[in-house]
Amino acid sequence: MTGNSSLATKQHTLAQHTLTQQLSPLHQLREKAPMFIAVLFGVTIYASICNQFVPQDSIFYVSTYSITLLGKYLCFALLALAVDIVWGYCGILSLGHGAFFALGGYAMGMYLMRQIGDRGVYGHPELPDFMVFLNWQELPWYWQGFDQFWFAMLMVALIPGLLAFVFGFLAFRSRVAGVYLSIMTQALTYALMLAFFRNEMGFGGNNGLTDFKDILGFDLQQDQTRIALFITTAIILAIAYCASVMIMGSKLGRVIIAIRDAEDRSRFLGYKTEIYKVWLFVFSAVIAAIAGALYVPQVGIINPGEFSPLNSIEIVVWVAVGGRGTLYGAVIGALLVNYAKTRFTAIMPEAWLFALGALFVSVTVFLPQGIAGVLKENNWLRRLTQRTAQPAGGQA
Amino acid sequence: MKFGLLRRFFCALLFFLLQDSILAQTVNAQSPDEKADEIGQQGISASVEGVDNYASIQTLAGAKLNAVPAIVEQLESQLGQQGLSLFEAMLAGRLYYRKSDSQVVIIEKQGSDSDNYLLYDSLTLKLLGEEATANFRKVRVNNKLRKQLRTTIARLSLFSNDVELRTESIRSMLDKVDEDTIDLLNQLKEQETSESVLSLVDLAFAIYHFSDSDEQSIRLAALNTMDGSLEPAVRNLINRATERYEDGTYAEVDTRVRRKAEQIKSGIESKVAFYEFLETIFFGLSLGSVLLLVATGLAITFGVMGVINMAHGELIMLGAYTTYVIQLLLPNHIEYSILLAIPAAFVVSGFTGILIERGVIRFLHGRPLETLLATFGISLILQQTVRSIFSPLNRQVETPQWLSGSLEINSVLSITYNRLYILIFAVIVFLILQLILKKTSLGLHVRAVAQNRSMAKSIGIRTEWVDAMTFGLGSGIAGIAGVALSQLTNVGPNLGQSYIIDSFMVVVFGGVGNLWGTLVGGFTLGVTNKFLEPMTGAVLANILILVFIILFIQRRPRGLFPQKGRAAE
Repeated sequence: MTGNSSLATKQHTLAQHTLTQQLSPLHQLREKAPMFIAVLFGVTIYASICNQFVPQDSIFYVSTYSITLLGKYLCFALLALAVDIVWGYCGILSLGHGAFFALGGYAMGMYLMRQIGDRGVYGHPELPDFMVFLNWQELPWYWQGFDQFWFAMLMVALIPGLLAFVFGFLAFRSRVAGVYLSIMTQALTYALMLAFFRNEMGFGGNNGLTDFKDILGFDLQQDQTRIALFITTAIILAIAYCASVMIMGSKLGRVIIAIRDAEDRSRFLGYKTEIYKVWLFVFSAVIAAIAGALYVPQVGIINPGEFSPLNSIEIVVWVAVGGRGTLYGAVIGALLVNYAKTRFTAIMPEAWLFALGALFVSVTVFLPQGIAGVLKENNWLRRLTQRTAQPAGGQA
Repeated sequence: MKFGLLRRFFCALLFFLLQDSILAQTVNAQSPDEKADEIGQQGISASVEGVDNYASIQTLAGAKLNAVPAIVEQLESQLGQQGLSLFEAMLAGRLYYRKSDSQVVIIEKQGSDSDNYLLYDSLTLKLLGEEATANFRKVRVNNKLRKQLRTTIARLSLFSNDVELRTESIRSMLDKVDEDTIDLLNQLKEQETSESVLSLVDLAFAIYHFSDSDEQSIRLAALNTMDGSLEPAVRNLINRATERYEDGTYAEVDTRVRRKAEQIKSGIESKVAFYEFLETIFFGLSLGSVLLLVATGLAITFGVMGVINMAHGELIMLGAYTTYVIQLLLPNHIEYSILLAIPAAFVVSGFTGILIERGVIRFLHGRPLETLLATFGISLILQQTVRSIFSPLNRQVETPQWLSGSLEINSVLSITYNRLYILIFAVIVFLILQLILKKTSLGLHVRAVAQNRSMAKSIGIRTEWVDAMTFGLGSGIAGIAGVALSQLTNVGPNLGQSYIIDSFMVVVFGGVGNLWGTLVGGFTLGVTNKFLEPMTGAVLANILILVFIILFIQRRPRGLFPQKGRAAE
């Protein structure tokens, strides 16, 4: 018990409450989730209604472009959440989460490609256009089954999960940690990028998969489909957020934080740290993959560029900006940085890399806790959350 | 892009050869005792002779086709080897004359969208300028004339004073040995002194006899001469002789000759395989030397400070751009600008490195993951800066003549000079670095800090200063690597990015904090990569290497040569 309490003091988000209260994951959920979910669904529903029922010339009208953009941001938020789980809570700095994101995206892309059917440019009933173009005679074995939605969704989670498991098992078992692990993850995504660039791989090579028509029978170009995708993303983000809060609030979560702060000590206490790390890594990879799967139908393309190491590092910056070790911080960071990126690249494209670079440097040097850290110091958010959480906390 | 480079390379090579032969001729034309005196006046005398020569050349302009052979003969006796470039241009249809004043020049077409020709002097190949195509008319040649020109060129280069040129000329004849060439070669054989040229002449005779003669003993003797030769002409001949048709008969009717030929063929093939093996090793070593160069700087910063410098690739890029800028500043001294670029790049990148260390990394001490992110941010800023200043397009860095061309060991194995020099250069840089680390007080301090920072600090080493110097040193070496890379690849803002992962792999594979590990790691990965490439293709080889290292790190997390002792943890 004493060991637990000394670790708990290190965790900033848990302070004021007594130990017994903190130990319950449900309590954590009640304390942390309502505000997040309220804001998330508030915005989602507002945007959807304004898109559908407000006339186009009204100032309240939200264009479909904005809806898609918001949906894209939410996918990135989900991705940032995945990185925050491993980096913020377990100290595993993964520079390869873009790989899981892209793999999930490819699985979804394969389903969407199969849905095109004979409406492609070459009109082949089974083969996607790029295979016809490459003179392939039949569908490769690994494309079988992707015409079924359930199978594709299974693969979205299974393939990246399996990769994360194998990679994590090998790496954590031999205690590869710190910068070594970061570089290994980067090499992983780099290797995958090179592989997916090859035409022989059968994933469309350079151009990737694109030109999608519909999903589950609904036209991807239609506003309703886009809104549905947007809302789905929001719901999944909420679910992932709640699940993460519960995991981090449980005993499992506390062991994970202990591993982050003193891995050797946790090991000496008898915890098999590598097992915890592997499963957390797999969980995180699956969330990233789901984010990728939601991303692809909304932007309409997936190509090997998503594997590039730069993308993976950018995710880490979102988390760093928002504040690692706080789940809402990761989400805020992803939204803010991506919004800034959209604005910047529209106004002055050359300046974006300067801004991003400066952001990297300034956040790491001046704001190690990110925006969440600033908010915490100013305390206004805490007072706000406490007020909303108080009645719930009182009942527990 | 690739095509352009290749063409540039061949032009330079051709230019080099031709100029050499002309110089050799003018110098050798005089008797030995006069030579020393004459060399000083050579410029003057050449120009005096030159006027006369140009006048003779001008007779080509507008001459009737049946009169041209006589003119060519006259020019051959008058110009000697000086006329080689003229005849070659004539044969290639690049000899033109100006309609207004009948001046004869060699032209170069500039692609379909230009209305101008580039003009070259017909003897010295000096660039004269650019002029509209409409002002010129071609010096016409017909087939008969082409044949005459070919023999003239062959004769001129065959009896040149340059061994290289003679060798080259015989080689080009080997494909088609006929009675005329045999006559020429017979003349040459009487006066030839060079062993290698003589053996080539024998080879030419053997090829001629083998195809021409019916007598078994002569053909067998010819085959004996050809045994072990790697000349493409010989290999083609042997392949043709041993060819088996679909109906089971052989191209060569004589069984004994065929057996002998088959025997020689297998001998040649194993020899070729051996040289190809050597070539693969050389390419591997060359790749390894590049990896070594880019990884050494990283090994120092990473090994000593435990800092992952993601901006390392951009420091390499800065070095490459420094080379480019120095070439811009010294357009007339391409030969030396690259030598000047080495210290310049060291200073530029090293200084940038020190700035990065003092400005950012210092504040992130003991937080390696944050350092990684911050330096990545710096790399983005550097990239964008270069992109804003120099444009996002790739820049061309000229290759000096002494770096272009290749060392031909035989017709299978040839080693390009730039790769050879970079290999040597990488090893020299590595040795100098070892010397600095082992023999200077800075090196001593660096090693002390690397082994145990707090202990070093407590005995009075200024670790802050050592950090800055180490970072500067590592970054400076990155800059030097950039100079070398500018000779191999395109110089662009993304140059560094493509090397950063590879160089990390080398450092991690070799073992952090161990420079010899980096050396072994770099060469091992380079050679392995080149041996995998023919089997799997370049990209897959790269992927396999990455996967291999990922697995290797699982087995040996500290690399090939781990640092020993508790301090290494």
